[in-house]
Amino acid sequence: MSHAPLAPACAAVLRRDLTLAWRRRGDIAMPVLYALIVTTLFPFALGPEDALLQRIAGGAVLVTMLLAMLLALDAMFRSDIEDGSLEQLMLSPQPLALMMGMKILAHWITTALPLIIIAPLLAGMLHLPAAVMPVLIYALLLATPLLSLLGAVLVALTAGSRRSGMLLALMLLPLCVPVVIFAAGAVAAAQQGLPWLAPIAWLGAALAMALVLAPLACAAALRIALDA
Amino acid sequence: MTATPDAAPILLEARALSYYRQDEPVFGPLDFSVRAGEVALIEGDNGSGKTTLLRILAGLLHVDDGELHWRGRPWRREEHLGDTVFLGHHLGLKSDLSARENLQVAAGLYGTRCGRHVDGALADVGLAGYEDEPVRRLSAGQKKRAALARLLLLPATLWLLDEPYANLDRTGIDLVNRLLAEHSSSGGAVLVTSHGAVSFLHGEPKRVRMHA
Repeated sequence: MSHAPLAPACAAVLRRDLTLAWRRRGDIAMPVLYALIVTTLFPFALGPEDALLQRIAGGAVLVTMLLAMLLALDAMFRSDIEDGSLEQLMLSPQPLALMMGMKILAHWITTALPLIIIAPLLAGMLHLPAAVMPVLIYALLLATPLLSLLGAVLVALTAGSRRSGMLLALMLLPLCVPVVIFAAGAVAAAQQGLPWLAPIAWLGAALAMALVLAPLACAAALRIALDA
Repeated sequence: MTATPDAAPILLEARALSYYRQDEPVFGPLDFSVRAGEVALIEGDNGSGKTTLLRILAGLLHVDDGELHWRGRPWRREEHLGDTVFLGHHLGLKSDLSARENLQVAAGLYGTRCGRHVDGALADVGLAGYEDEPVRRLSAGQKKRAALARLLLLPATLWLLDEPYANLDRTGIDLVNRLLAEHSSSGGAVLVTSHGAVSFLHGEPKRVRMHA
């Protein structure tokens, strides 16, 4: 019995999810469009006052990004459960947690990365000073994978139940709050010329912990969801 | 084990296996064994727990009661995975990927049988020329064939097939029978479900009845 080696298995799962996302490009564009529309509406609703927009820019962009990510979160495992691919994945002789990690990575690449790429544009529209832009990108680079990982665990937990969207939103809210506080805190500190490394470091620490624990929790939750 | 020297070794053995869903018995207690080179037919009416039994044997559901032995040792998920393929009602094909891409993912996860290739397996199940067509555009029977190609490609000893004849035409049924014959003659074992009325299997297979 020669089992498939680990690296090609990881690559196969990653490539599969990226190909699927590419075949449904419209779905990737949705969160980006949503974020674009929301940030465009802020100046219309609040008035084109530079000082005001500058003050809310960091927070508005962060919250918009995180909400845009939630749009795609719900669908993370749904199609895989419906067509039986998840069963095939679970029965393969590979560590399920690692395979889940690959799926989460693919999800991050397809939903969060496009958002991070347009983040400078969105922040620019709200007159965020150029000097603060790198801090916003750092904060997003740490906050979005953290949210993908936390979200994946919750999606896996609610995978067995129908119409889990509402439950998911309720469960995700308390987990989002610290992420938003630290990410927005870093941007606000940078805007006021204060040291911003501490909140970024907190996000980094949380991300490191989630990277290790979330795929394991995700795998365990999906096993339970299918064992019913 | 009481295997006589000329008998093939017992691959899978269930003793007093039963399963409950919210304290309602689904089936059991069941006793059966499957030897290498055997094709066993699981018979039972609709709702008698055939699919549940296959899902337990695949490792998707946990055993409530009774014992399960794999190659003479108590069943453990880690040893069992990869040595078994499960073909359920959901075929496990992504409809936006082509048959070839679907098989490549399966091969990446499970590895491949010696001397087997994705294109060869697809040609063997009669899908030559349809390799690059998205699975969504294939007919129900062709989707089934694409899923059957996985059996040829992956290096598993035990096949768990849930209604493998559904949606297949005459030649498709012959194809399944040929796959089963080849697999059992090369030392593999197969468990097939059927709801009793019609059995397309050749010969007189071993039978596992869900009802006493």
